[in-house]
Amino acid sequence: MIRALEVVATGPLALVEDLGRLGYAAVGVGRSGAADRAAYLLAGRLLGEPVGRAAVEVTLGGLVVRARGSLTVVVTGAAAPATVDGRPVGHAAPVHLPDGAVLALGMPPTGLRSYLAVRGGIDLDPVLGSRSSDTLSGIGPAPLRVGQVVPVGEPGAGGPTMDVAPVAAPEGGRVELTLLPGPRLDWLADPRALTATPWTVSGSSDRVGMRLTGPALSRAERWADAELPSEGVVVGGVQVPADGQPIVFLADHPVTGGYPVVAVVRAADVDRAAQCRPGQDVRLRWAVAPR
Amino acid sequence: MASETEPGLVRVLPCGETALLVEVADTLTAVALARQFDHLRAAGGPPWSDVHDVVTGERTVLVIAGHLTTMTELRPAILESVSAARLPVLKLGGELVTGGNRTPAIVAPLEIPVVYDGADLLDVAALTGLSPAQVVDAHTGADWDVGFTGFAPGFAYLVGGDPRLVVPRRAEPRPRVAAGSVALAGPYSGIYPTDSPGGWQLIGRTEVTLWDLHRDPPAVLRPGMRVRFRNVGGPP
Repeated sequence: MIRALEVVATGPLALVEDLGRLGYAAVGVGRSGAADRAAYLLAGRLLGEPVGRAAVEVTLGGLVVRARGSLTVVVTGAAAPATVDGRPVGHAAPVHLPDGAVLALGMPPTGLRSYLAVRGGIDLDPVLGSRSSDTLSGIGPAPLRVGQVVPVGEPGAGGPTMDVAPVAAPEGGRVELTLLPGPRLDWLADPRALTATPWTVSGSSDRVGMRLTGPALSRAERWADAELPSEGVVVGGVQVPADGQPIVFLADHPVTGGYPVVAVVRAADVDRAAQCRPGQDVRLRWAVAPR
Repeated sequence: MASETEPGLVRVLPCGETALLVEVADTLTAVALARQFDHLRAAGGPPWSDVHDVVTGERTVLVIAGHLTTMTELRPAILESVSAARLPVLKLGGELVTGGNRTPAIVAPLEIPVVYDGADLLDVAALTGLSPAQVVDAHTGADWDVGFTGFAPGFAYLVGGDPRLVVPRRAEPRPRVAAGSVALAGPYSGIYPTDSPGGWQLIGRTEVTLWDLHRDPPAVLRPGMRVRFRNVGGPP
């Protein structure tokens, strides 16, 4: 029997993601991949899978899938309440889906993105060596659609190694993110302005970046009217556009940008940024106070 | 445009835990430096073997590594590479010069046949004070180097062309520019790899497919390559 997931409902957005594409930045294609990499990697580990198999990144729950064939799955990241044929099942705990069983994810109490991984991995065709859906460039599998039958690959040897992973759910209140200096820190009039006030996650945040709203950051006098020559940017980069409202780059960030990147969020905190919901408070702090 | 780095000088700027941004004086130096980094990556060995992406910008080269542990070695390795390189300096006219010799391109120029019937050809002629035929002659008369990418997958900023062709972007960007459109903006020339919005001045079109996801690499134009345009029709 062909093993697959039949999509019954998608929720707001369900994308196929893996570790992304490395090595294509020079031709304008970014890495993409799971926005909360740690949660995605945990799902693979819990299933005893080789690193890098594709999973489904589910934004704000709402995904419903029916198993075709016998499948082992796990949900990590935002703790969307999960049921199998109406019966609640654990979070970050591998669960067996007999042929025809329906897995449904509700709205997570905190966090934004849950990862549904299946033993064998999502087996859609890779593009440039990855099955990640890049929402900026449109490269990779299209978002999941109702009625789609998503093929599942052959499971490797081994299998689930743990019954459950004791991981904390994404924070619901104020989230603190740690900053390292970016290449254009000197473009800010005052680096302390980033850390002096709480920021609010804007509703226009997406996989490209977490947009923050707050008191506009002003530029140092000497760069006030300057135009930054377009330059490469990194995930976690804190870019300050002309309006002074910072953007923290997430998985689908552009390869280059023409606004100054004044700071870079610590790698471990980029995953936490990817779980921040619109309206949530974010506090930035410097790992080491800049001079 | 803003650059603090003077000709011949290089600044290595912090960029988080696993990347460094190398700032140089101009695009051709950035291209040459990125080419050197690519050679070091191809040669293998730490720390370059852990570098997974090298992104050329207008005045910068971003070096992205896979692991935190690489970084202690990467910074000195970059500085060593910079001082070992006889970095080319940009002379007027865009000629790339190192000790009197033009830096050899990785491959022979890629010839791109162009029909010069772009919607903005007359505007470009007016802006540059050239006739349309002279615009075409200038565009085909000097080779271009693929400098850096950005804007869209497969879109390459071509540098080092005829300096008379420097024109501003269009005041009103077009909502759709057809794939294969050959265009000018600032000191750059470019070819739209896919249908997309765009604000560059369109001077012609080519049938060459520049972006194909079923190819690896998917982009025909990659940093370090050289391009020569050939007139196969127009101006009208």
